This record gives sequence, structure tokens and C-alpha cells, in this order.
Amino acid sequence: MLQLSIQGVMTVEKIYDVIIVGSGVVGSAVARELSRYKLNIAVLEKELDVCSETSGRNSGVLHAGFNNRTGSLMAKYCVEGCLGFDQVAKELNIPFKRTGKMVVGFNEEDLAKLKSLKEQGDKNGVPGLEIVGKDQIKSLAPHIGGEFALYSPMTGILNPFIYTIALAENAHKNGAEFFLDHEVTSIHRSENLYWVNTKKQQFRTKWVINCAGLNSDKIAKMFGIDDYTIYPCRGEYFILDQKAGQYLEMPAYPVPNIKVGGLGIHITPSIDGNILVGPSTEYIDEKDNYASTQKIMDLLIQDGGKIFPYLKREYFIRNFTGIRPKLVGENEGGYADFVIEKRKSIPNSIHLVGIESPGLTSAIPLARRVVELIAQDQSLTENKNFDPDQKGIMNFKEQTTEMKRTLIEKDANYGEIICRCETITKAEILEAIHNPLGVDTVVGIKNRTRAMMGRCQGGYCQTRISELILEEKMKSESEILYSRNGSNMFVGKVRSL
Amino acid sequence: MTVSKREVIIIGGGPAGLAAAVKLKQLGIHDLLIIEREKELGGILRQCIHDGFGLTRFKEALSGPEYAQRFKEEVLKLGIDYITDTTVIEISADKQIIAASKEGLKTYQSKAIILTMGCRERTHGAISIPGARPAGVYTAGVAQAYMNLKNIAIGKKVVILGSGDIGLIMARRMTLEGAKVEAVFELQPYPSGLPRNIEQCLNDYSIPLFLSHTVTNIKGTSRLEGITVSQVDERFKPIPGTEKDYECDTLILSVGLIPENELSLLAGVELDERTKGPKVDENFQTSVKGIFAAGNVLHVHDLVDYVSLEAENLAQNVAIYLNNGELDHCSINIETDLNFGYTVPQHISAKKDFKVSMRVKKPYRNCRIDILQSGHIIKSIKMRKAIPAEMIQIPVKWHELKNFETLKVVVVND
Repeated sequence: MLQLSIQGVMTVEKIYDVIIVGSGVVGSAVARELSRYKLNIAVLEKELDVCSETSGRNSGVLHAGFNNRTGSLMAKYCVEGCLGFDQVAKELNIPFKRTGKMVVGFNEEDLAKLKSLKEQGDKNGVPGLEIVGKDQIKSLAPHIGGEFALYSPMTGILNPFIYTIALAENAHKNGAEFFLDHEVTSIHRSENLYWVNTKKQQFRTKWVINCAGLNSDKIAKMFGIDDYTIYPCRGEYFILDQKAGQYLEMPAYPVPNIKVGGLGIHITPSIDGNILVGPSTEYIDEKDNYASTQKIMDLLIQDGGKIFPYLKREYFIRNFTGIRPKLVGENEGGYADFVIEKRKSIPNSIHLVGIESPGLTSAIPLARRVVELIAQDQSLTENKNFDPDQKGIMNFKEQTTEMKRTLIEKDANYGEIICRCETITKAEILEAIHNPLGVDTVVGIKNRTRAMMGRCQGGYCQTRISELILEEKMKSESEILYSRNGSNMFVGKVRSL
Repeated sequence: MTVSKREVIIIGGGPAGLAAAVKLKQLGIHDLLIIEREKELGGILRQCIHDGFGLTRFKEALSGPEYAQRFKEEVLKLGIDYITDTTVIEISADKQIIAASKEGLKTYQSKAIILTMGCRERTHGAISIPGARPAGVYTAGVAQAYMNLKNIAIGKKVVILGSGDIGLIMARRMTLEGAKVEAVFELQPYPSGLPRNIEQCLNDYSIPLFLSHTVTNIKGTSRLEGITVSQVDERFKPIPGTEKDYECDTLILSVGLIPENELSLLAGVELDERTKGPKVDENFQTSVKGIFAAGNVLHVHDLVDYVSLEAENLAQNVAIYLNNGELDHCSINIETDLNFGYTVPQHISAKKDFKVSMRVKKPYRNCRIDILQSGHIIKSIKMRKAIPAEMIQIPVKWHELKNFETLKVVVVND
């Protein structure tokens, strides 16, 4: 039975075992790992899609774990996440490649730093690290600059959107409920339950898992935990055309300046064949200021050009920015460790705070830790129906000519190419529009299919995709959203017919 | 797998493809096929509902769809084969084509391929405007497609960056549909669109055009809320202190067109860094024998009439190629001084008449364009004005050439 809460919103009848706040990669991984057990799980997300903030706005690198202080949670979980990723990628059917990575140096000082980085990595249990000379750089990655490098064979690349979406959809398939556009406004405890308020509905739950990333400090405060402050630290990127992709075999990083709190401006191939240049490291005041700036763009071109000679303007197809949820401010610099905390004084709540890089790599190990922490307080019953496997949207372009023929025979919509740059078919777009989480923003379709991500940036296909959303979701023009609330694409019809 | 054999396959049923097809048929080449990815023939003309097309080719002012209709009727009358809703996904140097449609994947083998895929717009991302990435930023062609093909209104208060022709046309179009177009800003110190469009689309509606200006910030986290523009110096760097803010919900970009040659590259066709289109000879043959290109896939034209004329010229050469099995070897290069962006063609044989197309990089008044060979002027054209917005074409007779040395095109101030 629904009842009216104090805020004037309806209370959801079901009492959840676990509510996860935030559906970035960590929240989605927690939802998936918890769905292995018989639990009623709800995920509350303030944005209109999963992976809308830090999780999707990064280099898409699966880190090996040599950058992090030995003994830290970052080092431990990063190594565990990296070594176990083949299995995860297989289950979730996501594109992933262990490309290896070069951290390149130019002088003696760099070499000394690379050696100590290797030592740290060895201690952390990172396999295969090697200091290589110019010849070896040239044989492994002919276009990367540098006199010598730390070569890490285990480092890989993945599409962070596809990964997070796969985690969330797999959790959803295994029973977790996703409530998008549900920003948590307050939480209070009564009757041994947490009452979680959003603008739309009120929820009751035994456990709350705070995976709110940039807002994890704000959520922690709702529990009376005032210890944490998230310092938003912006990183800007350029995306280069796939035509430049042929020149880069693996991510190339400069020697990191530990004090700065970022890994330095690096060049990374994306799993889809583009190149990312960035990110910068700039502490800002707002947690949702994703603007690019001229100053940083100039810096990216200057610094990126030192390690990659094909950083040409004709290859630029887009800029984007991400924001690191750092637990240390500009003056302190560097990295704080991941916080994953359960306090005796505040029962049944677990707080994951300051999950910045290597959070993408560490998501599954962090989620497993959440399961352990819950299991300390209550016995968990295995969900016998749990299916770890997920089938993503099949990419037509990647198939053999014979398979393409078969696909079109089975479903004629595979014969209609909607996005010409990335060769995305109508069948793929329709599957994305009817995604299990119910996301119907233009960016939601883009992140699920790669349509509009190519060099024409939707010049050809965006009108078609908008039209398909209109038709399939029976919406009016003024209801079509680009990404978030208020991002209306259109104002209506030109003329009423 | 069945392979359909054809004498000629034309990729793209826009103005260039249609004109080439009609001409080829008239010249007695019957076994030809146009492959078009849209539901209808006509290409970009379908969304260009303004008039002003056809003044050169038909000596009358037509709308885009009317202009396309003239050719479509010919295609039907002559019984030229065409398929729509079909996207070519692969072509090879031996002229095999794979195309996808709802009916399946079709494979074709052709003696000649004509590339007429047109061009795409330079995007927001390509010009790296600083600021946020809200909804409400559209390229002019996308805005035009929404309005004219889909009946969708994109915004109410508009600023336009770039004075390209489509941007100017959209300034008028949106004004006519009740939107307020605040201003057009152009990075260059001169307009990049045609003078007649400045007059008819901006001046007639009192829309101001600011030269040497660019957008230096985009504001709004969800939908566009406003932009900042700045004046730029002669090196296109924004001048501090000249910033001015505009409130708007829509930013339209008309900042250039790029020939679309992804398919050409698959066949190994060599591109010209300057035009971004294939390097061609006087016959419009690319670096791959039997593959030809014309229209905006080759170089961006100012008027569709010249696209049609170029494609008709191409068709004559393709007919000769099919009848004789080959064309004259073209080993003489055409070069330019730094005042020109490019020339098309890039190579000639010196055995037949040809026409050189080119654009100046900046405006000139009372200038001369000279074509030189071994330092001697073989042709000289006086021009009252030469502007980047207008393509210049100079016909050259083969007997005007002195020898087999490189040609050089230069501009001289008179």
C-alpha cells in the first residue's frame, strides 16, 4: 500500500534490503555483485542514465596497478580488478583488449622515477613490468616518443559506457531495480529502516550503499558523517578521428608528477579505434561544470604532442571533460586512498568515498568488498537464478560479410545503415532505444551504439535517431532530451499539419 | 553469393550522380546503376527548399527540390536503373561494391565507378569551441534537415557562427518561422558565403554580420543558455577585452564542408590534402583506374549548377573510357601559388581541352589570374573581383599549352 510521506511524495510499498545510491561503474558493479544473493535491490540515480558522470568521462583504461602506493586499497583492488577482467569481459560480452601501456621518459630523472614506479608495481603484484629502451618502444609502438619507458603488458582498454551499462543491465536482469531521475534529497532512520527520499518517491531499506561518486560526501553527510569533502578536479580531453588510430597501439603516458593528483596528459587508443588526448588536472568549484577551456585545449595539444606526433587539428572530432571525485584538495595534492567504510555507530550503511582513478578497474573488487561487509552483519542466501552472462547489442560492423548477410535475412533492419561513420544499423538503434533500463535520451542511444560518435558527429544520423525515438517512444518533439533534464533538443513543430 | 555485373555504378544519387547518369545514358551507356542511401533521389537538394538554383544550368530560378526534379524526371524518362534505401559499405580498387539494404547485402562488379557522395559539415567538435556541451548546438545542415524534412523546430533565439551559405540560408529560414536570429559571426575578415545570400538572407532581414569574430564560450549545462563572442586578431586569436555575451537557446554552425571520401579511401583512391577530395585528372579519373569523382565529393562547389556541369563533363570521359578501355595518360601537374586553396583537376594530358577550377584564399579586387608554363604566361584572365566564396573556372585549350611541363596558376594584383 502506498502512503504519503512528509515530503508529499508516495512511499514505495516494497521494503528493500539494499539501496544503492549512484549508478556509475561502482554502483552498477555493487548492484550486480549483490544480485548474486537473494536480496531486494534498488539503485537510485539522479541522472537519466547510468554512467553519466565520472565513470563515463575518463580514458577508458584498465590499469595494471603500478601507480598506486603499495599497501593501499587502490593498489590492491586495481591489481585484482585488472587480473580478473578477462572473465568479467567474457561474461558481460564487452569489447576489451590488453594493449599494454608505455610510461615514457626523456631524461635521467624520468628514468629514476620509472624505476621506482616499476619497483612499486612489482611490490603491488603487477606482472610483467619492464623498463625498455628506445628500440623496444619503437618495435612495440613505433609512433610513441620517448628515450625509454616502463612497459606494462597487462594494461588494457575498454569502453567505460558499454562496461557500466552491461553491469547495470546484468544487475537488472538478475532482479535489481533501477530508478533513474531519482536524486536522493534526504535520508533518515526509523523503525530500524532507512527512509530514503527522492523528489519522486520515498523508499525504505535495510541497507544503504553510498556509491555517489562526486556527491558521496553529500550522501555521507545525510548519515551524519561529516569527515569527507570531495574536491572536484576536472580533466579535459580531445577525441581524435579513427584515421589517427592507426598510429597508436597502446596508451602512452608521461612520467607522472605524484604531487599533481593525475597521471599526466596521455594518449590513449579507445577500444573503438579513436584516440583520446588528456586529461588535464584542474581543481574547480562546481561538481557539474563539464566545460572545456581554451587554455587547457592549448595545453593538451602542447603536452600531448611531445609523446605523439600525429596530434593534428584535422583529426579533432570532439572535446569532453570529466571530473575526478578527489578526497584531497589542490594544496595537499596527490592521491588519498579509496574509502570503503562501515561505521559501528551508523549501522547498515556502507560508504564508498573518493573513488577516483583507478575506480573503473577496481569496481568489481570494491563491489565484492561491499558484499563481504554486508555478510559480516547478515547471512546472504545465494540467488540460484543468478546469470552472470550478458548479451550486449551486437555490432553489425564487426561481423563477417557472411554473418552480415545472415543478420539482414533474419532482421531487415540490419540492412538499414543509420550511422554511416560507425556503420550502425537501424536494428542496433532500435535495440538501444528499447534498452532494459528504459533510457531514451539521445546520448543514451549514442553511448549504447556509438552512433553519432564518429567524425560527422551525427550530421547524417542524428535527425534519423531523433525521429526513431519520437516514433518508438511515442513522444512529442519537445519531449526529446539530449542528455539530462532540461536538455530539450527541440521546441516543437515548425508548422502544425 | 551472386555478383551483379554493371558497366557503371554511380554511388550517390544527388545532383552530381543524377547529372552523370543522365549524360551517360544520352551518350549511349545503358548498363548503369545509381545507388542511393536515402528513400529518394536528390541528395542534399531535397532539404534546400529556398530558390536560386539553376540560374546557370537552366537559366531560371528553381528551388532545390525543383532542380533535383528536372534530373529525376530525366532518369525516369530514360529508364535509368537506380536503387534507394541502399548504403554502399565497401568498395575495392578492382571495382567491386558491397551495398546493404533491407533486401540484403548485394555485391556488384563494375567496369567503372563514379563517386558522387557529396560532402559533410565541419562540426562543433572539429573546431574545438571552448565551453559546455549543452543541447541546442546544431550544424546548419542538420538544422535545415530538422526544419525542412522533419518539420521539427529547433529553437527560438539563435546565433550563427560562420557565414557559410547554409548558415545564411538558415538565418532567413528561421526568421521566417518566427525565431529571432541575433547575429552571424564570421572568423575571417570577409564573408564565406555568396554575396547574394548576404544580401537576401541577412541584409533584407536586418540580421547583423560581424566579421573577424568567433564564439569563445558556450554556456548552459542542459540546454544552451548563451554564448560569448570575441573579436579576433589577424592570426584568428581572440582579442582580450572584446568579449560580448549573447543570450540564446540555439547556436548554428556554418563553418565549412568536407568532401566525404571514406569509401574512396577503401578503394585506395589518393586524396588531395587541400580539397580533401580525390586527386583527379582532366577526365575526373582518380588515382585508381576506372574510378571517377565529381561534385562536392571532389571539391566543395559554390553552386549546384557547376556540380551538374562538372558531372556531365565527367560522364563524357567515362563514356570514352568504357568505349576505348582507357584514357590519355595525365602526367602534367597543375600547381598554384600560395594565394589559391587548390585546383581541380590536379593532372592533365595536354592532349585535350580542360577547365581548371580553383578558389582564392582571400578576396582580391582588379586582379589577374595567370596560368604559367616554364615561366611563360599561357593564359591570363582579368577579374574585377575574386572572392573565396566563389569558385573560379578557367577553360584552357590544349593548343594553348607550350610543352609538357608543370602548369602553375598564380594571382597577380593589377
